[in-house]
Amino acid sequence: MRVNGVQRAATDDTRRLLSDHLRHDLGLTGTHVGCEHGVCGCCTVLLDGAPIRSCLMLAVQAEGHDVTTIEGLSRDGTALHPVQQAFHECHALQCGFCTPGFVMSVVGLLAQHPDPSPVEIEEGIAGNLCRCTGYASIRRAVHRAVELSTQGERMTGRQ
Amino acid sequence: MSTRWFGAPVQRVEDDRLLRGHGRFTDDFGDGALECCFVRSPYAHARIRSIDASAARAMPGVIAVYTAADLPFGGVDLPLLIPHPNLTHGRTQRCLASDRVRYSGEAVAFVVAESRYVAEDAAELVEVEYEPLPVVITPEAALRAEHLVHDDVPGNVAAEMLQEVGDVENALQEAPHRKRLKLRYERAAASPMEGRAVWARWTAGDRKLTVYDSTQSPTSIRGGLAVLFGLPESNVEVIAPDVGGGFGPKIMLFYPDELLVPYAAIQLGRPVKWTEDRQEHFTAVNQERGQVHEVEVGFDTEGRLLALSDDFIHDGGAYTPYGIILPIITAAQLPGPYRIPSYRVRFRDMYTNATPTSPYRGAGRPHACFVMERTLDAIAAELRLDRIEVRRRNLIQSGDFPYYLGVAWQDGNTVVYDSGDYPTLLARAISKLGPRPAGDHVGMGIAVYVEGTGVGPYEGAHVQVLVSGKVVAATGIPNQGQAHATVWAQIVADELGVDVSDVEVTSGDTRRFPWGVGTFASRGAVTAGNAMHVAARMVADKARHIAADHLEAAVEDLELVGGRVRVKGSPDRGIPLSAVAVLSNPVRYAFGGGTEAATQFTAKPREGPPLRDGEQPGLEATGYYSPPGSTWASGCHAAYVRVDPNTFRLEILKYVVVHDCGRVINPLVLQGQIEGGVAQGIGGAFYERLAYDADGQLRNASFMEFLMPYATEIPAIDIDHIETPSPLNPLGVKGAGEAGVIPVGAVLASAIEDATGIAITEMPLSPLKLFELSR
Amino acid sequence: MKPPPFAYHAPASVDEACGLLATLEDAKVLAGGQSLVPLLNFRLARPQHLVDINRVSGLERIYERDRGIAVQALARQAAVEDSEVVARICPLLTEAIRLVAHRVIRNRGTVCGSIAHADPASELPAVLLALNGHVIARSTRGDRVISAAELFTSVMETTLAPDELMVEAWFPESTDRHAIVEESRRHGDFALAGAVRYADRLALFGVAPTPVLADPHDPTRGLEPSADLEASREFRLHLVRVLTDRAFAA
Repeated sequence: MRVNGVQRAATDDTRRLLSDHLRHDLGLTGTHVGCEHGVCGCCTVLLDGAPIRSCLMLAVQAEGHDVTTIEGLSRDGTALHPVQQAFHECHALQCGFCTPGFVMSVVGLLAQHPDPSPVEIEEGIAGNLCRCTGYASIRRAVHRAVELSTQGERMTGRQ
Repeated sequence: MSTRWFGAPVQRVEDDRLLRGHGRFTDDFGDGALECCFVRSPYAHARIRSIDASAARAMPGVIAVYTAADLPFGGVDLPLLIPHPNLTHGRTQRCLASDRVRYSGEAVAFVVAESRYVAEDAAELVEVEYEPLPVVITPEAALRAEHLVHDDVPGNVAAEMLQEVGDVENALQEAPHRKRLKLRYERAAASPMEGRAVWARWTAGDRKLTVYDSTQSPTSIRGGLAVLFGLPESNVEVIAPDVGGGFGPKIMLFYPDELLVPYAAIQLGRPVKWTEDRQEHFTAVNQERGQVHEVEVGFDTEGRLLALSDDFIHDGGAYTPYGIILPIITAAQLPGPYRIPSYRVRFRDMYTNATPTSPYRGAGRPHACFVMERTLDAIAAELRLDRIEVRRRNLIQSGDFPYYLGVAWQDGNTVVYDSGDYPTLLARAISKLGPRPAGDHVGMGIAVYVEGTGVGPYEGAHVQVLVSGKVVAATGIPNQGQAHATVWAQIVADELGVDVSDVEVTSGDTRRFPWGVGTFASRGAVTAGNAMHVAARMVADKARHIAADHLEAAVEDLELVGGRVRVKGSPDRGIPLSAVAVLSNPVRYAFGGGTEAATQFTAKPREGPPLRDGEQPGLEATGYYSPPGSTWASGCHAAYVRVDPNTFRLEILKYVVVHDCGRVINPLVLQGQIEGGVAQGIGGAFYERLAYDADGQLRNASFMEFLMPYATEIPAIDIDHIETPSPLNPLGVKGAGEAGVIPVGAVLASAIEDATGIAITEMPLSPLKLFELSR
Repeated sequence: MKPPPFAYHAPASVDEACGLLATLEDAKVLAGGQSLVPLLNFRLARPQHLVDINRVSGLERIYERDRGIAVQALARQAAVEDSEVVARICPLLTEAIRLVAHRVIRNRGTVCGSIAHADPASELPAVLLALNGHVIARSTRGDRVISAAELFTSVMETTLAPDELMVEAWFPESTDRHAIVEESRRHGDFALAGAVRYADRLALFGVAPTPVLADPHDPTRGLEPSADLEASREFRLHLVRVLTDRAFAA
């Protein structure tokens, strides 16, 4: 499978969950495990660009697909992705455990709806649990991320 | 000292690594560690007849299976953390049960294997023969004492405490009005997003034990491990790395794994890691909030409180490792911001066959607030007076401080409120709440509370200016998301005249700072914050003294600004802090980095030896702060809700908070704490519950059925602050970690009753509960 | 919460998949995994064999046929949600899909999987029943059409044989008046009770071991809903009346 653009070895342990494969076999510990039954969203990654729960996939199922984890959003030392930057500016993380899952969900949301309505934003963040922030700052961060994304596109001249 | 940073909405320094996925939570540590799994009792109460781990031990990939019989400390009771004279029948559990289990989830065996997958396979093969015994599930059942949780604890009463101020009996007799209420709060769970985890490595050559633990008190864990394993404390390192939320249950120690994981690491000579899963978290991690109160209140025709008597039972669970701190807090916090001339409170801490209880954000105060506020609403209803007016008439006034309550507090002292302005809290909250929204089935709720914060015994901090000019600081208490690294950096940066980004803070790492207590009870800012202030001030003083010699200026003429020590009024006459750091360490050999300035032939001569009596090398200092007593934060929450008359669905139309935590260090951080606390309160009031059945088994041990609120269930919250600085500490801070959650149950109960006319005397609520109450 | 051991099979064709189901004892089909994998992680499901059909090609189609919408086994719920042809021909299905969990779950979950899983509180089986749709079950013995009325037998039980693979679900067009309403505790949760209206037909979910057809004028007749943590029998009956009114008021 390709993980963050790099071809990575598969596992021959067919019951290994994708979340565990990413974290412990590939060393990408940015994806977190909060429940292992698909409810909390801490394990959310992108599969071929769409957010999915990595705790509900067997690692072998991801072979032949493109997986993007939080580590793949911006290279080390380079600028943060607009969603990451927005979360920082809006104080949308405290302990940081739910954050990678939220960020990936929001990246997926904006890929689907680049200029989301308030209802679409609410739907887009409705599937991730956070125990620290009370969600208000996360909502603000999504709005800010939209601003930053459109600014960025304007700067590069992309549509 | 500048106040450039204190009070400013500084963005967090922690965020970059967390946003990039480079956080280091305990399960992230690998290093070839073996992984573990517990065998836990499915029964709430049973005798263990036998344990057979042979099949488990024989499974390929299994390294060891421990039962109590295999442990040198197997027969030792875990520590009773907070003894108290009234805790006459305290009991703690053993690391692994061998004879009796007393709650569903109690640990019986510990499997160590190559992976968690194999460990879970092996755990299923451990055969435990249980003989189920009758269970005691609710505190009321415990009181009836048809069955005992501990054979040698009569009546299931772990502790009893009675306190009285004034003469309640007389005052009740003479009161023009009296009312009785029975109020009930059910168990709740903190449920941080990161469960608990422990990772340990034993380096035999150095006889050094290193432990990473998702804990709120690394210093206590270290102390306990040193005692248990007979090691000098300096050979034990405990680090709380990034911790994904604590909220209380991670201040509890020792969980069995905190001893078993290091033990296995020592025995097996390999790193060992245990990470709990969500299902076991529900019963293995401490809970809180179970209490039943019987109140009798006497009041006059104006709704003024004359006497209040509260008799409550506290659901302590199967063991009492945390002592009776929780009911003590409830007893002390019940009067809240209200003046009660005669107050009597008795509690009994009951054993039940359920997970032990220890603090969960709020720690005894949500119940206290619920009881007091429901009582005031009942008084208002009885007299047909406005609920807000009744509160106003009973509030302690601004001129009444220090206010002596006369009951015991959790720090061993009695309750003395330091400062506050409750009338302004109430008035401002009402003003912010605004007019009632139009429409049917709308209700208003309000609650005012006081929160004792900043308890001791102490915290410490080390601050050092490095020769590079960067500042490093450390304290013993760990962080679970409260932005300590940013907030302490603000305090230090102000004292040293540097930028927040130039201060790097380490917290919760005994290698960097080995002394301290822990993060709980909204005490971080008061204790560690003030300790940082003490240490930073000492460093600033030292910097001025060294610079004074160097600049040939008077110490009192010097200031620290922009990373330099300079003469007030002559900013060109100065010396960088980095150079002062160099000069602070008189050297023989200049090893680079500007140290040639500190050698014998270049440093400016002064009389006497290079280090005078009492002086130490280095531009560093260690400082401690030990509070003389608690500080007392306060707040008022108010809300409008709508309850659907058909589905009993709750819609929170508006929620306002006016809060007083003394001087605010970082308003961004404070806002986040309050927003998070209110969300947790809403979850606990209307969505979450721990559904124990009659056999003491938890029926909803999953996130599918334990309903933590998503964003769609939490409204926006309107927050305002007032500041009544605490006179008790130099920074004037009071602490804010628990504020958001304390009054939410009371507010929603009040609002829902107002909206529906249904009498609300219990928590939590739900559409089903309202449906049933409405019949 | 790690899955117990199982033998893993990833057939490349429907025939291969059916061949495996015909010969393997105690096998479960893995499609979206959003219902099955949690059960595996809780170790509540312990099949000896997992037949992962995600490698089977040619099973993702969503297409119009016989005045309805056919959804093949590997069509993801998100694809159905976004499908223009579904929105045009069977808007009830589009509305219902939006109530299923959250988008992130729908990115992997399949419509056929949800129907085969037959959770009594789920929306799609009730929609199939309200519209009088059917599924096509394939095995080495051939294809079999099973109508919605004959498909659901009990809680998480259908008339699918152990060797049968549900290859397609067919939803008749829903151009007449329709509505789906449900009451759940949190956004995206399973319904405490739900009602699907199509024309003058009413199907209820969350209130019986299977989705059930009911009389809009007397929706609770004959209902014996179970009680659980969030709803008692009486509360469910009450919600049925409330939701039926809402479904027919629109």
